[in-house]
Amino acid sequence: MIKIGVFICHCGHNIASAVDVEKVVEFAKTLPGVAYAGHNLYSCSQEGLSSIKKSIEENELNRVVVAACTPRTHEPLFRRACEQAGINKYLFEFVNIREHCSWIHTKEPEAATEKAKKLVAMGVAKAALLEPQEEGESKVIPRAVVIGAGIAGLAAAASLLEQGIETHLVEKDDRVGGLLKDIAIIGPEGTDSQKLIGTLIGDIENSPKAHVHLNSRVKELKGFIGNFEVVIADGVEESKVEAGAIIVATGARELRPDGEYGLGECAQVVTQLELEKMLSKSELTAKSIVMINCAGSRQPGREYCSRICCNASLKNAMRILDLSPDAAVTIIHRDIMSCGTAAEALYRNASERGVRFVRYSLEQRPQVKTGTGGVSVEVFDETLDEKIDLDADMVVLATPLVSPDDSVETSKLLKVPRDKYGFFLEAHVKLRPVEFSTDGVFVCGSARWPVNARECIWQGQAAAAKASIPISEGKVRIEAITAEVNTEKCAACGNCVTACPFEAIEITDCDGVRAAKVNEAQCKGCGTCVAACHNDAIQQKGFSSRQLGAMIDALVRATTEGAQ
Amino acid sequence: MDKKRVVVVGGGIAGIQASLDLADRGYKVHVVEKSPSIGGHMAQLDKTFPTNDCSMCILSPKMISCADHENIILHTYSELDGVDGAFPVFKVRIREKARFIDTSRCTACGDCITKCPVKVPSEFEEGLSNRKAIYIPFPQAVPRKVTIDKDHCRMMTQEKCGVCKKVCQAGAIDYDQEDTIVDIEASTIIVANGFDLMDASSMSQYGLGVCKDVITSLQLERILSASGPTNGHLQRPSDGKEPRNLGFVQCVGSRDSNTHGYCSSVCCMYATKESILAREHAPDVDIAIFYMDMRATGKGFQEFVSRARDTYGVRYVRSRPASIQAANGDSGVLMRYETRGLAGEAKVEEFDLLVLCPALIPSKDNGPLSEMLHVDLDGDGFFRTPNLAHPVDTTGRGVLVCGFASGPIDIPDSVSQASAAAARAAELIEGGGRP
Repeated sequence: MIKIGVFICHCGHNIASAVDVEKVVEFAKTLPGVAYAGHNLYSCSQEGLSSIKKSIEENELNRVVVAACTPRTHEPLFRRACEQAGINKYLFEFVNIREHCSWIHTKEPEAATEKAKKLVAMGVAKAALLEPQEEGESKVIPRAVVIGAGIAGLAAAASLLEQGIETHLVEKDDRVGGLLKDIAIIGPEGTDSQKLIGTLIGDIENSPKAHVHLNSRVKELKGFIGNFEVVIADGVEESKVEAGAIIVATGARELRPDGEYGLGECAQVVTQLELEKMLSKSELTAKSIVMINCAGSRQPGREYCSRICCNASLKNAMRILDLSPDAAVTIIHRDIMSCGTAAEALYRNASERGVRFVRYSLEQRPQVKTGTGGVSVEVFDETLDEKIDLDADMVVLATPLVSPDDSVETSKLLKVPRDKYGFFLEAHVKLRPVEFSTDGVFVCGSARWPVNARECIWQGQAAAAKASIPISEGKVRIEAITAEVNTEKCAACGNCVTACPFEAIEITDCDGVRAAKVNEAQCKGCGTCVAACHNDAIQQKGFSSRQLGAMIDALVRATTEGAQ
Repeated sequence: MDKKRVVVVGGGIAGIQASLDLADRGYKVHVVEKSPSIGGHMAQLDKTFPTNDCSMCILSPKMISCADHENIILHTYSELDGVDGAFPVFKVRIREKARFIDTSRCTACGDCITKCPVKVPSEFEEGLSNRKAIYIPFPQAVPRKVTIDKDHCRMMTQEKCGVCKKVCQAGAIDYDQEDTIVDIEASTIIVANGFDLMDASSMSQYGLGVCKDVITSLQLERILSASGPTNGHLQRPSDGKEPRNLGFVQCVGSRDSNTHGYCSSVCCMYATKESILAREHAPDVDIAIFYMDMRATGKGFQEFVSRARDTYGVRYVRSRPASIQAANGDSGVLMRYETRGLAGEAKVEEFDLLVLCPALIPSKDNGPLSEMLHVDLDGDGFFRTPNLAHPVDTTGRGVLVCGFASGPIDIPDSVSQASAAAARAAELIEGGGRP
């Protein structure tokens, strides 16, 4: 006999301030199959979870519905509670009455309560038809592939190797180091960057488990967490590597906005990275230098702050003064973004050393004027409240980091999303900064967002920590909510094969019949194939047509009964 | 000695993330948290920038995972009592302070809390409401066990009362309980003890503690929280009325060579977030943020500031206020500031509610803790991490640091740094650790 327990959550005031929780409980008690209905202040607290477990035992429940917040953050918690109380965790159904109800109907409590009832009725109807599912297990190949050998990729590879994990490091260039190759000193501490790169690649090459592929690209990637198949091409030949985890460290490039501020038209106008090259080769002769920050960023079309440019300007201003103490350096900026301890100290030191700071606004951007002998910059100084002219031997543009041109290709290859500026989009901006929502694929460094060397290194290590978890465990659990083919109905038309974004379906011989076959380890349970099938031959476990139909029936019933 | 054992000092988001990564990796982790619950400052926040995700909603599953994980041992209401030895064998002594509760019996039913006659300002609510002398700091606390605050309990201070013991049906109250000492050996130690909020009342020009309607940003966070002392209604302390206007003062005690020279890194963004939330809770409130540089350097941060300014009408004023004093009567404040430029002028503006964004400062425990661990602090009092190749290494081998303990940093950076600390611990354990 089906015995459903329904638990309605107050979520403090988050739900209870709009939804009359007790009314929803009373309503739930009237629904078919419901053996118990109750409410909790916070269902996700330890107290809430133990009351659910206790109720499962006392009322011999065999299905559980929690009406609370979002499965995205909380489903694993309630599933685990069910498991701990002896119920298969797939006999749990989550109803969202917060994001889908109380939060968007804060000013209409009666309507919110009625909507919550309907949502609960739908959840209960589905729960009655839930079936237990078993999760599979899949082995994990104890090997990682790191794409990109800039400072983030180097840090990730070095960490994996030191943890004893075989690692392939793939770099498209003929040298490792990425953007740091052209930079001599990393601020604000003044670390020698070539030495740093040397130490990291030295550690990597000393490891017997390292494989460094220069002049190489990842050409193909198939598979899923624990079992990726990566084709690495070096222009001459292709090699196939099997790996358990992938780390994306493909970095960023400096924007070169030719035509703006005289860049590309006047030899005295350079970018910050070009200045770095001059500084590392001791080729700087200019004595009067004007730096323009936010050149190409924080403006319509590219609204973001590239995070590292202010500090690059500060560091290079100080280096210029170190090399030629009589030089005059002016930094034209909108806000100085020297967050933290070391960067703020650098800003203060630069002021004390005589670097001049002039603030401009987006509405009145500086103009670079080229003439014979030198250049000058006209800028409206916000502090002086007047227009000033600055003569210069050289103008340096602090331009933003932008996503590299091949990031579209990388994104398609790895099936990972990008944000509107082309940077890779992590699984959760707050709490999963180095993970993709695709299991087993991780991200670090400026491929995700412009970051400095220190941040690149710790993010590389962080990605290595995440990749090491499935590899050290040796196995991963496979989601049970996958698609299932009824071979008797399947016409082997291949629509599902085309529709599947994860290449999880193939047409093959299934016990003597040609039909679609789902690779469960690869299937993410997205349901796209179910919608694409003309013959109703594919069902998704946990989301079958029968279950969804019952939800619609319940909604219609609750609506018509509510109207009477 | 089991080398696959790690001690994590601090149970905020950084300590939690480092512990979960290590535990998932198969190591045993001892989390030492000084307060009665893990969660840290993130548990006090209403929402998080720039997505306005509910803070507790994303944190609480991680707290529960810590409590449930077979490889994690939580020592809450505990502190390090002594550390001997060196990498790879640290001998760590943990003092589990007496809660005066038999936690194996306590069911957290709350009967004792209801009956306790002593009210104490709640640390979790930043003093805006009271808790009892026997208490659970907040509803989602992990572990969910009561604690007796011995400095305020009448039984402890005056040997009279005993109500909690009378009402506890589980027989969990034990007034004679003593601290418990736990000795363990661990190969590495991760410091993740976070930050303190600077006491802004020490800067008299800002009026905190003198004007009733001057509050801190963390107090506003609690006021905005639906589970906070005002159930999420924007109210000013003096008379409980909804303020007509609200001012934020940035860099209170930070970027100031008289107090803390550094930038606290998160205040520009949380003030922007609190402005948006305040407008959502009270659509008629006028908001101004007084700042020096608007530091919005993370993913989606500039857009967040634009949204506050353009969609929510938040006024950003570049100015460092000079003084704040009480307006006429008990309510509201008068703030004196100068507008920018040579043509700038001194202004006095009246605010119904003024919010200070104080410097986030090194934990007061950093001094003794760094001595116990034989590692250096930097000039600002954070744990020093001089080796760029190993950004989470302190000056002591096998002693790692993550989160705000290493310097001002926001939540995603704390989380990635925590994972980095877990990786570095794994490097030290599995390979000896590259120097």
